[in-house]
Amino acid sequence: MKIGIPRAFLYYKYHVLWETFFEELGIEYIVSPQTNKKMIAEGSVYSIDEACLPHKIFLGHVDYLIDKCDYIFVPRIATLGGTKDIVCSRFQAIYDIVRNTFRDRNIKILYYSIDILNKDTEFKAFLKMGKFLGKNKAQIIKAYYIAKQAEKTNKLLDLKEQEKNLESKKLKILVVAHPYNIYDAYIGKPIIKTLKEFDCIPILACCTDTKKAIQEAKIISHTLPWTFNKELVGAIGLYKDQVDGIILVSAFPCGPDALVNEMILRRLKDKPMITLILDGQEGTAGMETRIESFIDIIRIKEEKEHEKQM
Amino acid sequence: MKNKCKISFPHIGNYNIAIELLMKLGLECEYVETPPITKKTLELGTKYSPDFVCTPFKYQLGGYIEAIEAGANTLIQIGGPCRLGYYGELHEQILKDLGYDIHFVNMADADFAKPITFYNEFKKINPKLNLKKVSTTLLLAVKVIDAIDKVEDYIRENVGFEKKDGEFEQVHKDFLMELKTIRNKKELKQTEKKYYSRLKNIEIEKPKKPLQVGFIGEYYTIMDPYSNHHMEKELAKKGIVIKRWMNITNSFFHAPEKQIKKSIKDYAKYDMGATSMYTIKCALDYAKEGLDGIIHVKSFGCTPEIDSMPVLQRISEDFKIPIIYFSFDSQTSDVGITTRIEAFYDMIMMRKEKKR
Repeated sequence: MKIGIPRAFLYYKYHVLWETFFEELGIEYIVSPQTNKKMIAEGSVYSIDEACLPHKIFLGHVDYLIDKCDYIFVPRIATLGGTKDIVCSRFQAIYDIVRNTFRDRNIKILYYSIDILNKDTEFKAFLKMGKFLGKNKAQIIKAYYIAKQAEKTNKLLDLKEQEKNLESKKLKILVVAHPYNIYDAYIGKPIIKTLKEFDCIPILACCTDTKKAIQEAKIISHTLPWTFNKELVGAIGLYKDQVDGIILVSAFPCGPDALVNEMILRRLKDKPMITLILDGQEGTAGMETRIESFIDIIRIKEEKEHEKQM
Repeated sequence: MKNKCKISFPHIGNYNIAIELLMKLGLECEYVETPPITKKTLELGTKYSPDFVCTPFKYQLGGYIEAIEAGANTLIQIGGPCRLGYYGELHEQILKDLGYDIHFVNMADADFAKPITFYNEFKKINPKLNLKKVSTTLLLAVKVIDAIDKVEDYIRENVGFEKKDGEFEQVHKDFLMELKTIRNKKELKQTEKKYYSRLKNIEIEKPKKPLQVGFIGEYYTIMDPYSNHHMEKELAKKGIVIKRWMNITNSFFHAPEKQIKKSIKDYAKYDMGATSMYTIKCALDYAKEGLDGIIHVKSFGCTPEIDSMPVLQRISEDFKIPIIYFSFDSQTSDVGITTRIEAFYDMIMMRKEKKR
C-alpha cells in the first residue's frame, strides 16, 4: 500500500508528524512535488472560482497524486479546543470537498478527523487511522509517540534558528503568513528570496512558541476564534519589538485573514507594516517592487532617527 | 453609563421586530430602529470595511452607522459560528476609530456552552435587569419569530398567484406593523389569527402543477431580501412557488443535527462548517421531492457555502436537477441578476414542458 501526501495546506504544519508516523509503521508514502504553475492551473479547474488560492493549490496536488498511489491522505480538523479555538471551516470541509470533487475518478482517501470540542483528540484520530492501516494498538501508540517527539524536536530546532536570526544586526522583517502560504515554493518562497536579496533577515511569525503566542493573541484581540490566526497574531506581539518592519501576507480571498489583518492594522500602529495579497498571478515584479520600496522607507526612517541621536 | 441607553440592532430580514420586543419589554430600554437598508447603507459599510470581507459585514457596519446617526448609543452584535463570530470586535474597533462614542455589546464575549454568560451580557445593557421579565419576553420573542416565519412561508408559496397585484405585500406589511405593538402571548395569538384569515381571503389562481423552485444558501443573504436583491419577489412575479426551509425557527429549533447528518451522509461525511449542512440537506430534499430547480445564494467569499458547492454539483448530477449559483458583493448589479434568473426560468420551463 502506498500513500500519497499532498504538499499543501496542513502538510507544512504537520509533515514531520505524518512522515515519522508512516515511517515508524513501515508504510510507504510519496509526497507530491513543490507547487508549480501547472498544478495551480489544474487545481483551479477543479475548484469553485471563489475558493482561496491555497485551496486551488491543494486540489492541484491531489490531482497530481491520483494514479500514483493507492490512498490520498486528506486529514481534517474541525476544532482545536473550545468554541473559541476553531479553524477556518475549509479544514473542516476538505475531506468532503476532495471526495465530491474527484468522485468520478474513483479515488481512495486516507483520513483522520480532529474535533477536540467533540472529544476527538489527535491521539484518538491517529489510533483510528493506524487501525485502518492494519496495525495493532501497541505499534500505533509507539509510532505516534515517536512521531510526536520528532515533531517537537523539529520545532525546537526551528525556534533555535529563529532566535539566531533575531540576533542579527541586519534589517529584520517579520513575515506574518500561514505556513501553507509562506513555505509554498510557488507563492510564498519568492517573498523570502526577495527579502534576502535586499539584505534583510526574514523572521517567520508561524515559527513561534505556540502556547505563548496564543496567550499573547488574547491580549491583542480577545474574541479571535481561529487558532492558526491566534498563533500568528500572538507571534506579532512576541516579536514586534525585535524587528524593523512587518509584512502581512495573505492569499486571496482568505476569510479569516480578511478580518484579522484589518484588526492588526488598526491595533498595532508602532511598526511599519504592509499587506501583500497572493493571487497566484505569474511574475513577481509587482511584489518585488513593493518590498523594495517598503525596505527603502524603513532604512531612510532609521537613518534619520540615527542622525537625530548623533 | 452616563446617558440613557438607546439600543439598536442591524437588520436581518424582519427579525429585528423580535429583538425590539426583547429590548423594550424584557430589558426595558429605549429602542432605536435601524433605518431600512438602502444603497447608501451598503456604500457606507463598504467604505469602512476591509476589502474581501463577506457582504453581511458591510451591511451591518453600514446599518450601525445609520443607527448611530438616528440616535442609537448602544449596539448589539450577536455573533455566530463562522466569520460572524469575529464581526463584533472588528465592528466595534472600526466604529471607535471613526470617532463614535458608543457602547458595543458583543455576544461573542458570551459562551454558548454557558447560557449564564448571555445573562451577563444583557446585564451590561441594563444593570437593574429583571430575570423573570427577560425570560418571559425571550419566549415571546421566539414565538414572534416563529409567527413571522410561518406567515412568510405561506406568502412565499402563494404570492406568485395573487389575482390583484400587491395584496400579499400589503397584508405582510400590516402584519409586521401590528407585531411591533403586541405585549403578550394572547395578543400575539389574536394578531396571528386575524392575519391568517386575511391571508386566506386573498384570491389566488394557482395552476395544478406550478413551477417550484428551492431557495438555499448562506444564512444572512438568504434571509435578508435586500441582500439577495429581492430574488424571491422576482421569482414570484413569474408564477413560481418558492420553497425555503432556511429561517431562524427551522435552523434553531427544528434542526436535529444527528438526523440531518445521517440524511446527507452519502454526500458529506462531516459537518462542513456553519450552515453548509443545512444547505446540503435542503438541496437533497428538494431534489428528492422533484422540484424544478434550485437557487443557491451566498455572499462573495463565504467559505462554508463555497465548500458545499462541489457537493451540490454532485446532487445536481445524480438527480438531474438544475442548480443556479449566485454570489453577491457590494458591486453586484440588478441587471445581471435579472438576466440570469430570466435564463434560468426559461430553462426550467422548457424542461417541464419536455417532461410532459
